[in-house]
Amino acid sequence: MDSRLKAGLAYAALAASLAASDAALAQAKEQFFPVLVYRTGPYAPNGVPFANGYVDYLKLVNARDGGIGGVKITFEECETGYATDRGVECYERLKGKGPTGATVFQPLSTGITFAVTDKSFSDRIPIITAGYGRADSVDGTIFGWNFPLGGTYWDAADMLVQHIGKKEGGLDKLKGKKIALVYHDSPYGKEPIALLQERAKMHGFELLLLPVTHPGVEQKATWLQIRQNRPDYVFLWGWGVMNSTAIKEAVATGYPREKMYGVWWSGAEPDVTPAGEGAKGYNALVFLAPAGQGPVHKEILKHVYDKGQGAGKKEEVGEVLYNRGLTAALLAVEGVKQAQVKYGKKPLTGEQVRWGLENLTIDQASIKKLGFTGFMTPVSTSCVDHAGGRTASIHTWDGKKWDVQPGTVYEADMQILRPMIRASAQKYASEKKLTQRDCAKEAN
Amino acid sequence: MFYRENGQFKSSYRADQQMLPILQDRIFMLVLAAFAFLAVPYLASDYLFLSILVPFLILALAAIGLNLLVGYCGQISIGHAAFMAVGAYAAYNLVVRAPELNFLVVLVLAGLMAAAVGMVFGIPSLRIKGLYLAVATLAAQFFMDWVFARVKWFTNYEHSGSVSPGPIELFGWRIDTPVEKYEFLLAILIVFTIIAKNLVRGHLGRAWMATRDMDVAAEVIGIRPVYAKLTAFGISSFFCGVAGALWGFVHLGSWEPLAFNLTLSLNLLFMIIIGGMGSILGAYFGAAFIVALPVLLNQIPQMLGAPISTATASHLESMIFGALIILFLIVEPNGLARLWALGKEKLRLWPFPH
Repeated sequence: MDSRLKAGLAYAALAASLAASDAALAQAKEQFFPVLVYRTGPYAPNGVPFANGYVDYLKLVNARDGGIGGVKITFEECETGYATDRGVECYERLKGKGPTGATVFQPLSTGITFAVTDKSFSDRIPIITAGYGRADSVDGTIFGWNFPLGGTYWDAADMLVQHIGKKEGGLDKLKGKKIALVYHDSPYGKEPIALLQERAKMHGFELLLLPVTHPGVEQKATWLQIRQNRPDYVFLWGWGVMNSTAIKEAVATGYPREKMYGVWWSGAEPDVTPAGEGAKGYNALVFLAPAGQGPVHKEILKHVYDKGQGAGKKEEVGEVLYNRGLTAALLAVEGVKQAQVKYGKKPLTGEQVRWGLENLTIDQASIKKLGFTGFMTPVSTSCVDHAGGRTASIHTWDGKKWDVQPGTVYEADMQILRPMIRASAQKYASEKKLTQRDCAKEAN
Repeated sequence: MFYRENGQFKSSYRADQQMLPILQDRIFMLVLAAFAFLAVPYLASDYLFLSILVPFLILALAAIGLNLLVGYCGQISIGHAAFMAVGAYAAYNLVVRAPELNFLVVLVLAGLMAAAVGMVFGIPSLRIKGLYLAVATLAAQFFMDWVFARVKWFTNYEHSGSVSPGPIELFGWRIDTPVEKYEFLLAILIVFTIIAKNLVRGHLGRAWMATRDMDVAAEVIGIRPVYAKLTAFGISSFFCGVAGALWGFVHLGSWEPLAFNLTLSLNLLFMIIIGGMGSILGAYFGAAFIVALPVLLNQIPQMLGAPISTATASHLESMIFGALIILFLIVEPNGLARLWALGKEKLRLWPFPH
């Protein structure tokens, strides 16, 4: 009885303090950024550098520029562990914080993206999924709140096919070839299949689908199949520990790493270093940010790390995923900046930030001004096109660092993609009973 | 002093056999239900609804279902998330392929589908017992994971394998705000609780309990083990199927097979072990413990203003949560429901214990 009473009191106290902390947040001149991270669990090796890059950039904007247009950035991390249910809980926890609510969510998980996309329609908060999420969310007339900025998995798969087509001496030479897709058995890994099947039909190559169950430490059976079938190329669609395991298995089966191509989430330092020398020659797509340091990194080291404010270790500044976190934060900040042009320099709501993200133009000149030369591709969005860009290159691991291959800048072929995106988005809209936005009307 | 049944004479069989024989209990339950229906919607925030109350209500329903099988009939299952998955995918397919069906009908059909699958996977229970049966039910878990990930028909050929049905509509009432979701789930949970409560005190529940306590003796007194065990599997899966459909439609909104993985099965089992095996109330306690505690623990450092990193907070959460489970099991191996019963016993003597 006593212990129950005590427990009850403790819960009541907790509930009261929850309510109190909400009230205390009603301050002005602050823009709140929710930060969904995974610093624990099987995907932590990839989640940590991304989160560090993201947070460091927000800190830099505060320390160097005093916020966005004088509005200070506040942020709060929430650990999702890459689990969809915890991600949704984090989303609910953070969406109402700050004077105007959450600015924009970046879940860094396709599963969480699917779940929060549903909620975005009523919560009116944009979701940036730079390089992941739903491929059909490019269509802004139906997915009004999703921004797969810079490219989707369909774009990625399309560019990989273009690359090997070029290597073989033309896309028509792919006829009769065998391509294996080793993928994470989740929405993330399954996304590219639709496009690859379309391309397989067009060019007559054979597509081998080899799923790997979460978290991907057990791939013996998968690589046995590769040894039996001897595909000409292997596309790797993994994340976290699955990537390094796949490369290690490739070494063990003797599959040439030069014939392996990873998506942009399978091409960072934590993916190749565990395989040691064996990873040499492995290729992956790289979009937005390759590894290395540029002007912006110097600023971060000066304004953030030299003051002891850095989120991670100094040596890790400039890793692939760190840089991708950096550009992800940049996209969010630029969206707010753009929205401030229309709505004024004050804390903005998610709906106002959406306007900014929809009217974003980051060209080479502004990339240079931001100090991101070489770490960012131009992005230009509209109400209809929420991706704003779909280019990437190939980089190769030389045993010590990632080298971007010259002459491998590809752009996804919208001739093929557009009808697929449209059909898929329409299907979603009819299942969800959504009404389509009229972009022409909103522009006025 | 207040909690005594003195003077409450039962003058008919009906009065003697009612669900809550003590007047104070009846009043308490009515007040609690009124509070949950009328007051909570004004008191709780959206966050509390969506992150704690909605998952709590759905998992409590699933835990009641599992408790019927494990707690009352004594058949261990570590594959109940699979039956939730059957319910969820059955409901999705019904909604997509027969959109004119009322959602309540969909729920019942989804439950029946899960019951059918549950009975199939319950067949091994006729020959094997205990831990061996647990391993056999694990087959359900892996088989269903495989089916929903591989057979594209079940996911309506969705290219990513993740399904997302539209919002629920009941007689023109669109359930999409947190309060509406909560009230809808609460109503369903209360209906199912009453059904479960009556099942376990009826002849079926007695047959289950006899089988649990000693199956040979039960057979000797005329209880058919086939009947008792398969009904337990069927009804338990029915509850879980309904809970699974609600988990997908109301809580997640869009899901992939991973949402119903082994972790969820184990969590359900933990719920009834911590809450109390063979107790409907225990399912509620267990669900509250498993759903709310990790979320609260995760936020405590921040509420106190402790400057620890997100990763540390998340590690601390797992450590404290694990320690608490062990602590509760040592203090009261029969679960939280037993603590509740002890409290009631003490309350009857209060303030003059012997």
